[in-house]
Amino acid sequence: MWYRSASFILDQQQNDGVAKPESRLLSPTAPPLSMAETPQQIPKISAYYQTRAAHHGVVTSDWLAQAQAAVGRQADEAVSDDSLSLKSGESPKAFSVIDEFNNWRKQPELAEAVAAIRALASVIRSSEANTMMELEIELKKASDSLKSWDTTSISLTAGCDLFMRYVTRTSALEYEDFNSAKSRLLERAEKFGEISYKARRIIAMLSQDFIFDGCTILVHGFSRVVLEVLRTAAQNRKLFRIFCTEGRPDRTGLRLSNELAKLDVPVKLLIDSAVAYSMDEVDMVFVGADGVVESGGIINMMGTYQIALVAKSMSKPVYVAAESYKFARLYPLDQKDMVPALRPIDFGVPIPSKVEVETSARDYTPPQYLTLLFTDLGVLTPSVVSDELIQLYL
Amino acid sequence: METRRVPRAVSDPKVRQVGFFAPGAPPDRSQSGPPHPASSSPPVSEISPSGNSLSPVMIPPPRHLSADLARGPHFSPAAPLSPMRAARDSIPVGSYNPSEFVAPTASEFTDDALSPNWTARRSNSGKFASSLPAGGFDMSSLKQNNFPASSLTTVSIVNMPPGITEKDGGAGVEVQKERSKTGSKASLKPLKEQTTKAERRAIQEAQRAAKAATKGDGSKTPAASSGLGSSANANPGKAAKASPQKKDNSPVAASEKRGSDRPQDKDRKKDVPHPRMQFDDKSRVEKAKKRSVVKQTEAKNRVELFRHLPQYEHGTRLPELESKLFQLDPVHPAVYKVGLRYLAGDISGGNARCIAMLQAFQESIKDYSTPPEKALIRDLTSKINSYVSFLIECRPLSISMGNAIRFLKSKIAKLSLALSESEAKAILLSDIDRFINEKIILADKVIVRHAVTKIRDGDVLLTYGSSSAVELLLIHAHELGKNFRVVVVDSRPKLEGKLLLRRLVGKGISCTYTHINAVSYIMHEVTRVFLGASSVLSNGTVYSRVGTACVAMVAHQFRVPVLICCEAYKFHERVQLDSICSNELGDPDMIAKVPGRKEIDSLDDWANSDNLQLLNLIYDATPSDYVSMIITDYGMIPPTSVPVIVREYRREHLWT
Repeated sequence: MWYRSASFILDQQQNDGVAKPESRLLSPTAPPLSMAETPQQIPKISAYYQTRAAHHGVVTSDWLAQAQAAVGRQADEAVSDDSLSLKSGESPKAFSVIDEFNNWRKQPELAEAVAAIRALASVIRSSEANTMMELEIELKKASDSLKSWDTTSISLTAGCDLFMRYVTRTSALEYEDFNSAKSRLLERAEKFGEISYKARRIIAMLSQDFIFDGCTILVHGFSRVVLEVLRTAAQNRKLFRIFCTEGRPDRTGLRLSNELAKLDVPVKLLIDSAVAYSMDEVDMVFVGADGVVESGGIINMMGTYQIALVAKSMSKPVYVAAESYKFARLYPLDQKDMVPALRPIDFGVPIPSKVEVETSARDYTPPQYLTLLFTDLGVLTPSVVSDELIQLYL
Repeated sequence: METRRVPRAVSDPKVRQVGFFAPGAPPDRSQSGPPHPASSSPPVSEISPSGNSLSPVMIPPPRHLSADLARGPHFSPAAPLSPMRAARDSIPVGSYNPSEFVAPTASEFTDDALSPNWTARRSNSGKFASSLPAGGFDMSSLKQNNFPASSLTTVSIVNMPPGITEKDGGAGVEVQKERSKTGSKASLKPLKEQTTKAERRAIQEAQRAAKAATKGDGSKTPAASSGLGSSANANPGKAAKASPQKKDNSPVAASEKRGSDRPQDKDRKKDVPHPRMQFDDKSRVEKAKKRSVVKQTEAKNRVELFRHLPQYEHGTRLPELESKLFQLDPVHPAVYKVGLRYLAGDISGGNARCIAMLQAFQESIKDYSTPPEKALIRDLTSKINSYVSFLIECRPLSISMGNAIRFLKSKIAKLSLALSESEAKAILLSDIDRFINEKIILADKVIVRHAVTKIRDGDVLLTYGSSSAVELLLIHAHELGKNFRVVVVDSRPKLEGKLLLRRLVGKGISCTYTHINAVSYIMHEVTRVFLGASSVLSNGTVYSRVGTACVAMVAHQFRVPVLICCEAYKFHERVQLDSICSNELGDPDMIAKVPGRKEIDSLDDWANSDNLQLLNLIYDATPSDYVSMIITDYGMIPPTSVPVIVREYRREHLWT
């Protein structure tokens, strides 16, 4: 696992060679190519962001329209033929996992990783293997196919890996009776699914101590965990004010402000470039995370890094809310040292073909700019993440 | 007071035994033990200038001898050990700071005396010594030493008429109180009632001897091997009665607790020159010199801040050592060879030194045969100790070597007694092989595999000095067809980078070579800095070739990621904040002279100048703030996670 995730750059190159066929239209493995330069090659959209777009109904329609406009007609095809193209590409075994996964994924409140965990649990349930080894191999195959379904989603990869670790690293494997061992595995799998599902609640409870009356919180991006935290705080009758960034290009901030307005929390919308301007009024910064990496830093929606930098220079705490299934064995050294996740950007005006567009969707925030991480394992400092990961993986 | 100083005189002959001459050197636990504070006891040497002067009170404790004799017939296997034990019993005596022995007595010893398993422990001391050399041996020493002055007396002399005991104990306490009142000054100065105390002690000693003898004769039980233990056991009521008294006295003992955590360090100190011995402590240096094989000359111009480190004396040592080749029979030729090569600088680099040392040990184990009436576990350990102290004299141990020695010793200690000699040797040989293969060679491969993922096309990699792991990495990355450039930064006086540069250029890698003076100039075009390390300490500090910290700081300033390649066997649980308190000094001549440049050799006769001090440090410590990532065989970790690796993996993988 470690080797695989660490050498993703190599994997990437291999994938590029393999994943050309049209059955994998969705696999977002292509290097960042400027669309204008090579119009015949479609820059692939991160499936992770497609899922998110589908979940966040508000944005979906216009976002998809933009995506369509930006990418061209084939992308449209890709989106509509989503499941079809996948089905044709996968072997029957993997197909069932993906199917299961897609079923779970339809629930808007369920995180992708949790859906994957549930799908893997159902693999164990429906497995016809007779030995532990077979079962493990089957599970491995399923999780590999899930992971390759979307290589840009850190939480999906990390969730699958953690599931494999959690479920298979147990004394249950030493039972002589296969059936009891299998049921034990299933038990653990379900327990893990349950833990992951409850993670958001736990985080929301843990973070309440940090939100005090009269505080101003800057929020970036639409994170379901952060929303849960704020919702719980509002339900606890805390008085606080939210500054919400706009969250270009998919306007996640608009959606979040929409949700918060429903909770009667005072919200102020900022454009992304007004962060430094309004930072002196802010008491703390709250962000979610796409993935938490081994250094203790986070990978999150584009713009998090600069907000963290501004907050650090003004000595404001930066809190990250992230479930533990987002802990990934990655160690980016700098911004470019990651699998790029791409996303079309609409500038409202046609972009001349000579102009390049940075379409990367997320950035890496190093640990020294983060104050605390709220996870279902507790409130952690960034350096503890690595300790937890070492204990999980070694 | 003087009672405690006396033993020291006894200990000295014993200590001299320890060096390389005596086959039965006590196990040396000093290599990589927890750091101990430098015990400060300079005045002692003034009080009793020569440790050898025979003190009138230098009586080998009669009680123990008789106990051993009494035990002899019962335990034939233990019998051969008895001389050694006698010798050991006298060790503690060599304490430098007399007050140090009081506190442990009052606390540890009495507790043990009262607990039932004390007897068992004593009677097993032979066995125990092999597995935990510290335990039994410290105890016995403490015990015997402390009787007179401490409140313990009451416990030990339970069989005596109660009146006398009370009085005696009381008097002892009084003295102690007085001493504690007068404070540390008094504790260093000889007290007035020396003679009276000496007398009292002699009386006690005689009484105890008589009692032990009667005990031994009368009961003939194994438990009698320890006069004290048996008496405590036989009269639990008495002991219990005595205990409150002990409690009363405890504050007195506590008042002198200053040095209470040191006694173990003490004993350890004497075994071999400790790698972290404080060389500005005159008395200790004297001692070390007496024992050493190599005649050491006094370095003339020491740098003030670094006086506590072993001073470099290369030129004087090498010929002398060479001439002694045939006299030093206790040192195996293979070890001798390695030692000389360390001294001459033929083998350098943490991994190379460690592997050379382990292979020399392998040779010596192959040729080893247990002397008659000795246990392999103990005898081999002491052999290894003597080799190690020889190697230390050639060049101070690196931390990785310390870890490897600790590994080997734990392997020896864990050998089952039932094994035959050849089996035990075969096991040890394969253990050493496994260590070399898994912890060094394989670890390097894993590190390379991880690190190569961090090299991208178009990178400019900077490395400093010559690290074997980094070299492997660069060559591997080149073989993978990655397109990158290397900047080799080097520094005087060793210029190790030249060799690396030669090998890299030979492989067809495009390189830039520069000295460390230009590092700030070259850094702006660098995208990654890869460095090796001699050791990584548990606060994330990287202990490496001098200059590494400079390179890392410049890189950090330029926001270039600094990656440290270090095998996990080099991790150490010590914490170090600077490069001063523990370091190694190199040959000052090396920096004073520039070979082939006569015109700038203006320091030719530097040694004669009193106001010139030359400092040639070998290592420095890079704070963890400047390190982006540490690549080990356990993966890529941030420097904050070093303690996790040390905690989770060292114990099971290395020390078992």
